[in-house]
Amino acid sequence: MAEAARHQGGILLEGLVKRFGPVAAIDGVSLAVQPGEFLALLGPSGSGKTSILMTIAGFEFPDAGRVVIGGEEVTWTPPNRRNLGMVFQRYTLFPHMTVLENIAFPLKMRGVARAAREEQARAALRTVRLESYGDRRPAQLSGGQQQRVAIARAIVYRPRVLLMDEPLSALDKNLREEMQIEIKQLQREIGITVVFVTHDQTEALTMADRVAVLDHGRLQQLGAPRALYEAPETPFVARFIGETNFFQGRAGGAASDGALFPVQLDNGAQIHALAVGAIAAGARLTLALRPERLRLAPAGAPGLAAEVREAIYVGNATTLLLRGADGATLRARIPAGAGFSEPAPGEHVTLQWEAGDARAFAAAA
Amino acid sequence: MRAAPNPAGRMALNAAAYAVTVFLLLPTLIIIPMSFGPERFLQFPPNGFSMRWYLEYFRDEEWLRATFFSLEAGLISAVGATLVGTLLALALVRGRLPGRGLIELLVVGPVIVPHVALAVAMFLVFEQLRLTGTLLGFAMAHTVLALPFVVFTVLAALYRFDAELERAALSCGAGPVRGFFHVTLPLIAPGVVSAALFAFVISFDEAVVSFFISGLDRKTLPRKMFEDIDYNISPTLAAVATMLTLLTIGALLLGYALKRAMERRAAAAAGEGGDHG
Repeated sequence: MAEAARHQGGILLEGLVKRFGPVAAIDGVSLAVQPGEFLALLGPSGSGKTSILMTIAGFEFPDAGRVVIGGEEVTWTPPNRRNLGMVFQRYTLFPHMTVLENIAFPLKMRGVARAAREEQARAALRTVRLESYGDRRPAQLSGGQQQRVAIARAIVYRPRVLLMDEPLSALDKNLREEMQIEIKQLQREIGITVVFVTHDQTEALTMADRVAVLDHGRLQQLGAPRALYEAPETPFVARFIGETNFFQGRAGGAASDGALFPVQLDNGAQIHALAVGAIAAGARLTLALRPERLRLAPAGAPGLAAEVREAIYVGNATTLLLRGADGATLRARIPAGAGFSEPAPGEHVTLQWEAGDARAFAAAA
Repeated sequence: MRAAPNPAGRMALNAAAYAVTVFLLLPTLIIIPMSFGPERFLQFPPNGFSMRWYLEYFRDEEWLRATFFSLEAGLISAVGATLVGTLLALALVRGRLPGRGLIELLVVGPVIVPHVALAVAMFLVFEQLRLTGTLLGFAMAHTVLALPFVVFTVLAALYRFDAELERAALSCGAGPVRGFFHVTLPLIAPGVVSAALFAFVISFDEAVVSFFISGLDRKTLPRKMFEDIDYNISPTLAAVATMLTLLTIGALLLGYALKRAMERRAAAAAGEGGDHG
């Protein structure tokens, strides 16, 4: 794709608000998608991720805010004039048309001559590796094939942006993983901007260049998968992406963002943690600690005393369920094959970690 | 579902159902042999076989005029009711109408209001507008009468139709109008076609309103039949009734067959493909 055309695919959302009665489905979301970027909108149901996608597509109109695509404001442009590709959750192929007619449909709507649109539709069908299926009806294809046809239909007119609304949620697990890789490769190949809605964190982390995590209509964090996992900025992100142990505590002193500072845990332990945002002295805190960042030391060593309740072998690691001195359940993960000792249930151990791995969030009042 | 508790009870139930069916159908069926009788008066059982009254019908200009008038009124009101009713059904399902409840009530109106009351009202209004005894008047009256059936039939088709396909059409660049003609209409076509046939049959059968708004020489077939039974109870009436019954059954069967055929085609699988346009 030409450089100038690539430039067109940027999306800018500014102060987006959408209310349904008293509920704000989108509550002041601003974000920018770079041309050619793969952005995932990730959140639980009701987080506003689909509403944001529908607002970009033009099926919903915001109560406040702007939608800019390729430098052009389209907030109030009807969906058929936005020139975007869209793949729906259910495949939504036109059942009365053949596969090839389905794919040629957007070209027909754009006035492309018959011969040219057949040629382009066949090319799109090749892109999704279904070249011999053009004359079939959608009902004769499997779910995965139908979704590939839907993708071909969405990219056949080379739109600047491809919107995908949980496109893989109807497929079984193996096919879903295969399609994740396939869609990612396709996106790199044709250099299209993709906005992809999902509630599956693994899917978001696997496919996206950046992930926007949403909750209750608010943007919680926007960042690369690694940043979201390693440096969550809110307790919600820490809980939603991957597994996390949470502790409650109180700040032993004031700290600025990113600083290590002393913390008094409610279970009595004195530790150091990394401040996420500025924290006032004596503030209530929520601390997040990833299971794989915990190290096991013999009982009596400095750290957090715990008792192993269960050891669950999952192939590439062993997950330990432990009980802390205060009765709280904790998780620790020991990677397989690295020669670490694996304690048996009932054994007493001490948990240790690097101070920087405990992330402290000021608790909401 | 429960299995039938005892065969005797089941047989009794079947017998009752058949008895009711026969009771309902018998008068209609009796008219058929009567129409083939040779006598000058309606008689059952007929004491011979003759096509005389059918010939009589085709020779009688008044019968033929009434028939053609009925056909014209039926076709126009079928087209009118299908157009208006389909648009109305679309508006009710897709639109965000402020007076939705009121519109629904108006649509159901002709079904609820007694036909005679409606006929009197139409007569009074049409008389003022000089529409009685005109084709336009009949077309309008029958359109109103057929409208609820069209709206309900098309509504049912629209509820079965996946509205997400319209969004898909929009995302493909088809505006609402082109989306309707390329995606919605082909998929609800069985419903629309059977609605049109239904509307035609309603108009063609309609007697009460026709009784009021017919003119001296512009009258429908049912109205002509009423007159005939008043003045000269000839077996031509039975011949006409027989043909009317067969035509109505034929139209409804055609509608049913079309609907089945199109549903089967839409549902799945006829994949010969070939023409891409």
